[in-house]
Amino acid sequence: MVELASQYHTITAVVEDKPGVLARVASMLSRRGFNISNLSVGHSETPGLSRMTFVVEGDEWVVEQVTKQLYKLIDVVRVSDISDDSIVIREMALVKVKSTPETRPEIMQIVDIFRANIVDVATDALIIEVTGDEGKVDALVQLLKPYSIKETMRTGRVAMTRGGPATGSKKTSADTTDHSAPDTEVVP
Amino acid sequence: MFGLPGGAIMPFYQTLPEYPALKHILVRHEQNAGHAADGYARASGKVGVCVATSGPGATNLVTPLANAMMDSIPVIALTGQVPRAAIGRDAFQETDTTGITMPVTKHNYLAMHAADLPRIFKEAFHIARTGRPGPVLIDLPRDVLEEVAEFEYPDQVTTLRGYKPTLEGSGRQIKRAAKLIDDAQRPVILAGHGVLIANASAELRQLAEKAQVPVITTLLGISGFSSDHVLSMGMPGMHGQAHNNWAIDKADLVVGVGMRFDDRVTGKISTFAPRAKVIHIDIDPAEVGKNVRVTVPIVGDARRVLHALAKEVATTTRPDWLKEIDDLKDRHPGMPTSQPDKLLPQQVIRDLHEATAGRAIIVTGVGQHQMFAAQHYGFTEPNTWITSGGLGTMGFEVPAAMGAAVARPDRIVWSIAGDGGFQMTMSELATIVEQRLPIKFAILNNNSLGMVRQLQDLFYDGVRVATAYSGNPDFVKLAEAYGIWAIRVSDPAQVRDAIDQANAVDGPTLIDFDIVPEENVYPHLPAGGTAAEMIEGPVESAEKGAPAWLS
Repeated sequence: MVELASQYHTITAVVEDKPGVLARVASMLSRRGFNISNLSVGHSETPGLSRMTFVVEGDEWVVEQVTKQLYKLIDVVRVSDISDDSIVIREMALVKVKSTPETRPEIMQIVDIFRANIVDVATDALIIEVTGDEGKVDALVQLLKPYSIKETMRTGRVAMTRGGPATGSKKTSADTTDHSAPDTEVVP
Repeated sequence: MFGLPGGAIMPFYQTLPEYPALKHILVRHEQNAGHAADGYARASGKVGVCVATSGPGATNLVTPLANAMMDSIPVIALTGQVPRAAIGRDAFQETDTTGITMPVTKHNYLAMHAADLPRIFKEAFHIARTGRPGPVLIDLPRDVLEEVAEFEYPDQVTTLRGYKPTLEGSGRQIKRAAKLIDDAQRPVILAGHGVLIANASAELRQLAEKAQVPVITTLLGISGFSSDHVLSMGMPGMHGQAHNNWAIDKADLVVGVGMRFDDRVTGKISTFAPRAKVIHIDIDPAEVGKNVRVTVPIVGDARRVLHALAKEVATTTRPDWLKEIDDLKDRHPGMPTSQPDKLLPQQVIRDLHEATAGRAIIVTGVGQHQMFAAQHYGFTEPNTWITSGGLGTMGFEVPAAMGAAVARPDRIVWSIAGDGGFQMTMSELATIVEQRLPIKFAILNNNSLGMVRQLQDLFYDGVRVATAYSGNPDFVKLAEAYGIWAIRVSDPAQVRDAIDQANAVDGPTLIDFDIVPEENVYPHLPAGGTAAEMIEGPVESAEKGAPAWLS
């Protein structure tokens, strides 16, 4: 399985569930020239709050700036860089692949090995649903390529820290909401 | 409140007669309403408000909002919007105002229900003036303005979970910073706009005096530390006094307070303050560590942090370092003038300083006149210097002076203008006359875009493109057309007398100073350059390159 290079960081943010919040985040990231390879957003466990997961490419300075600039947005409540934490990462893909009576069993076998699901069967194609980290999804897509992929739809990455507390509830380095300003302690 | 009505914002305007306490000043262009609100905020320390209608009214506010954003100025912009049902359908005078202004505001709102307005207004003023201040826009669809709702203004802001500015600096970091200051041999303080915003001039002086640290003020930090103080150094950077760039070059400690190590201050970032450790105090965590590597970062309000730091540092003397700085000042007298006996812009500024005893509020635009004013006026009181720093908005001098004059009727306001910028916003002369605002204009008129011409001469082999204004109006007649007292001065001997006459007039005045057409602002540190690359004077007499004693 392919591991992401170390310059990719996973950042999660808790944001107000308000119109335009995604535009605010995307606009800031784009105008400041940050390279975001992945962004997903959805409701959180708390009504009125959403959770975003970003994958940011760059060095420590970039991650620190992304975190701090996110905090400056009024609608962003909490930001955490969870790259170094023990985390579960998942993304999902739907893959429509051409199939014939001859190839269908082979494809089903591959799907089984990946613990993926076939969610639609037609005479000439299958839709496969796969969930896993980016490497697993990549690997399955690779194996399906020889059968001719018609369409691929992938979600962004979602991530969660392992163990009891909610992701990001632990104070992180750039948490400006703490009045003792721990953000000041880690700047090189 | 400065504004200009139009269709979508009309329901707001039509209710104004019911609220006589709300003072509205009708301007000639929405951009000027924005800059006037900005000037009002800078001069008063309070929030300035501007109002415009939807579409072109709102887009005309983009420049002043960007200006206020760059310089951390608390401004509230109210814009009309098409009715809710028409939003997104390219209706007449519709623009996506919140979308357009998102990058140039600290926050913005599209109000979709009248019932939300009390909360939105409470939040907007809170966001605009707390933490690192900035502009907040509220977009108001016409039918929301016509809606009726119960008004209950919240006492406190309880609805902003994601917004809690850090005010107190970390005690541990303040102790570390104090030790660095105590241990330093050649420290300098770089004081920025944050000192003025936080009302921290007294605390800055306490720290500087107790620890005997010379104070350099950035362009926007000017007036935060009295220029007649023995530890006052002047301005750093591109057009700062040469001795400051050399002092920073030699320093072993730089204490940045309420400033952001902007490229106009640092020049080439990799060679900025090469021998120095850096203490960076700012209320905005994102500024700390953004441009320079920081040894001790302190996030907090400049006043509180400086107060704590001044208590913590040891009382000391630094005769060797202060002597070295005096030597630097002697070796780099700086700001030479190339054409004696002619009417030079520097002289106008110096005479203005004398005539007003350094107590006028000075408002400028952007360009050579701005740098001459920054270098030569000599400010002694906080918030008497109002200029467009970060965005560099030409034309700021006219509407911002309007805002300053409304905010400070007790003070004389001089607007120092270039002939280029003045013509961008001079439509407000009518507003100034209507409002009987006694603003004194000094146009440093060289019939050109002088700073661009200077760049062409210094860095583009003198190839002059699009910098000459050969058809400027007669500014005296122009002012007189508005009913403004005006005079032209060409003789250096008459400068002071003209200024005195203008000061004696009860009302707005304009002096058209027919200055030498070609005078450069020196020193000139090329963009992205180092102290050693600074051009200290006209090329033939310039002391170029690093002096031998600097190692």
